[in-house]
Amino acid sequence: MAQSALNWAAIDNDPRFQRLHSKKVAFLSGLMLLSIVYYFLLPIGAAYFTDLFKIKVFGVVNFGIVFALSEFIVAWGIAAFYTVKAKEFDAMAQELIREADKIGAKK
Amino acid sequence: MNLKNKIILACLAVLLPLVSLPALAQSAVSDQYKWLTFTVFGTIICFTMFVTYLAAKRVKTAKDFYTAGGGVSGLQNGWAIAGDYLSAASFLGIAGLISIWGYDGFMYSVGWLVAYISVLLVIAEPCRNIGKYTLADILAYRNDPKKTRVVGAISVITVSTFYLIAQMVGGGVLVKTLIGIDYEYSVIAVGILMLSYVLFGGMVATTWVQIIKAILLVTASIVMVIMVWSQYGFFGDFLNNVVNDPKVQARVATILGDAAKNMTPTELGQRFLEPGLLFKAPIDQISLGMALVFGTAGMPHILMRFFTVPTAQEARKSVVWAMGIIGGFYVLTLFLGMGAAMKVGAPTIIGVDPGGNMAAPLLAQALGGGKDSLMGNFMLAFVAAVAFATIVAVVAGLVLAAASAMAHDIYVGVIRGEHATQAEQVKAARIATVVFGAIAIALGIAAKGQNVAHLVALAFAVASSANFPCVFLTLFWRKCNTGGIVTGMIVGTVTAIGIVLISPNMTYPIAVKAASEKAIKGADDKLVKLNADLAAAADDATKAKITVDVEKANKAKAAAQKKIDDLKGETTSLVGLDKPLFELKNPGIISIPLGFLAVIIGSLLYRDKRADEMWDELYVRQNTGILTAKAVSH
Repeated sequence: MAQSALNWAAIDNDPRFQRLHSKKVAFLSGLMLLSIVYYFLLPIGAAYFTDLFKIKVFGVVNFGIVFALSEFIVAWGIAAFYTVKAKEFDAMAQELIREADKIGAKK
Repeated sequence: MNLKNKIILACLAVLLPLVSLPALAQSAVSDQYKWLTFTVFGTIICFTMFVTYLAAKRVKTAKDFYTAGGGVSGLQNGWAIAGDYLSAASFLGIAGLISIWGYDGFMYSVGWLVAYISVLLVIAEPCRNIGKYTLADILAYRNDPKKTRVVGAISVITVSTFYLIAQMVGGGVLVKTLIGIDYEYSVIAVGILMLSYVLFGGMVATTWVQIIKAILLVTASIVMVIMVWSQYGFFGDFLNNVVNDPKVQARVATILGDAAKNMTPTELGQRFLEPGLLFKAPIDQISLGMALVFGTAGMPHILMRFFTVPTAQEARKSVVWAMGIIGGFYVLTLFLGMGAAMKVGAPTIIGVDPGGNMAAPLLAQALGGGKDSLMGNFMLAFVAAVAFATIVAVVAGLVLAAASAMAHDIYVGVIRGEHATQAEQVKAARIATVVFGAIAIALGIAAKGQNVAHLVALAFAVASSANFPCVFLTLFWRKCNTGGIVTGMIVGTVTAIGIVLISPNMTYPIAVKAASEKAIKGADDKLVKLNADLAAAADDATKAKITVDVEKANKAKAAAQKKIDDLKGETTSLVGLDKPLFELKNPGIISIPLGFLAVIIGSLLYRDKRADEMWDELYVRQNTGILTAKAVSH
């Protein structure tokens, strides 16, 4: 199933691929870390900072409810942010796809 | 017999037992309105069968069967993922948890959405770029294909089976509770229906059934939430009504017991919006959160959905859509759950089903005008039919994932060494579907009466401890190889299951006996006191009230005695333990790091030239989509 018609090592070593790779790794790992930390603040906060979660923000609405709802906003925000940022990666990948035959030609 | 006749026959096979059986058991729908329920169920089933009929004509190759030809759009796939993911556990279960436990139920729902961030950022696009039909395809790309296909398939089948049993039992109980059809018939009906979708229509029909179900589910929820809002007000006003609702206040007083004595009614109501009524063990919650966040990305039936879209861009779009739909649905669930807490009340919800699974259907009935109204029963029937469709759609996705592991990975990949014609591949896929469908029905019936709620958590635990580390590291870590995949799959699966076997999820006869004996003693003490009161009671009204309490105490005593009898003299758990060795219900916090560690150690100890040589190819392709994207543009 593996197609080895191209010289993959050459593409891997191409500076444009290296740039795409390092940008992607930095961006994705940062965003991933942020989302995980923010998510686990919810069960940790609910268990160990109960008094904070009980503070009323407006009317009967307390911090806990606002924080839980903010989890949804943050999750959607991350998805939206990534969608925008990914366009940049797409453009970089597109260039590599176009020139794959050239860069990856077997010697 | 042509295809059309076959499908009509399958349709009749499902509908006949539903219609012809006299409803003996007690159910949520009164006999008078059963016809309405059957009509709604029948309409939805016939509609999905028609879609299956159209889909069946389009399934000719293995690619059609497993991935709908790879021609599903991002928007369609997003809805299908939502349909695949919003199982009975999350649809009925979370609304129920919120209606009974308030804030904690809502907090629980958050993890199910956040889980999709890891799917979006690290799994969906790379898998689309290098995968073909199954999870094991990704593992086999640079590792020893035969070895990784075997361990990958075993893990996929394990995860699917756990999840499947939970769904089948949930479906059986749901239909029985709602319309009173025997559990066994309900399970068979779910099984046959699901089999006819997958068998005839493969991924094409499964996708459309999931899309239809997701649209029905979201529509039903929006209509109900609008009705709830029109009665109780929007956000702030709504929550104000929750706090001041006598049913909610009474529920909190019941949960808190003695601690509630000095609280004002408003304080009790406010407590419903605060954490801690249900979850007492934060580490367990964090452990479950880890299983959700990493497990969703390792769920074979979710992963498989990314092979149905043509490009990484469409895969990304589908996750974003799915996150919008799933997240929006859980926000609505907050209002459904709390609406049910006010409109129906926790005692009634628990009375129909102790797990609270009937909260949403009961709310629908109440919103439509109650038990004796046509509209109320129509709404109940509609929500019940949606719940039924939910189970069938999820089960179809799971069976397709398991069947693809059996047919594509084991049969075609390992036994036939990747050499099989299209016709042979489709035939193998259909045979595997029937085999696994039959297994699902048999296991569903065998698990009757078992508490299977923890099987969903177990499925996520295995997916997060075995599948996720293997897929993630083979995609992103150069040194990962066959040794790591095999060790990781085995260690992840075995530790996740092993820990659950020694956890509080199992039944410990000694503890059950002690608790039941205590309950019997409590009931006896109460009876002595009640009988004294009865003798001293002056008027008939007081006497009648005490008699009710006496009956309650006797019932509690009988229930406790039944629990002791059910143990049949056993003294140890399934694996021979007196008490749990591990205190958490969710193994993730231990088994996920162990799974990762096993892949890393296994890879470092094993030498695999191919895995190293193929790295450049895999890494370039998973990042750029070279060849995948090209195949589409041509």
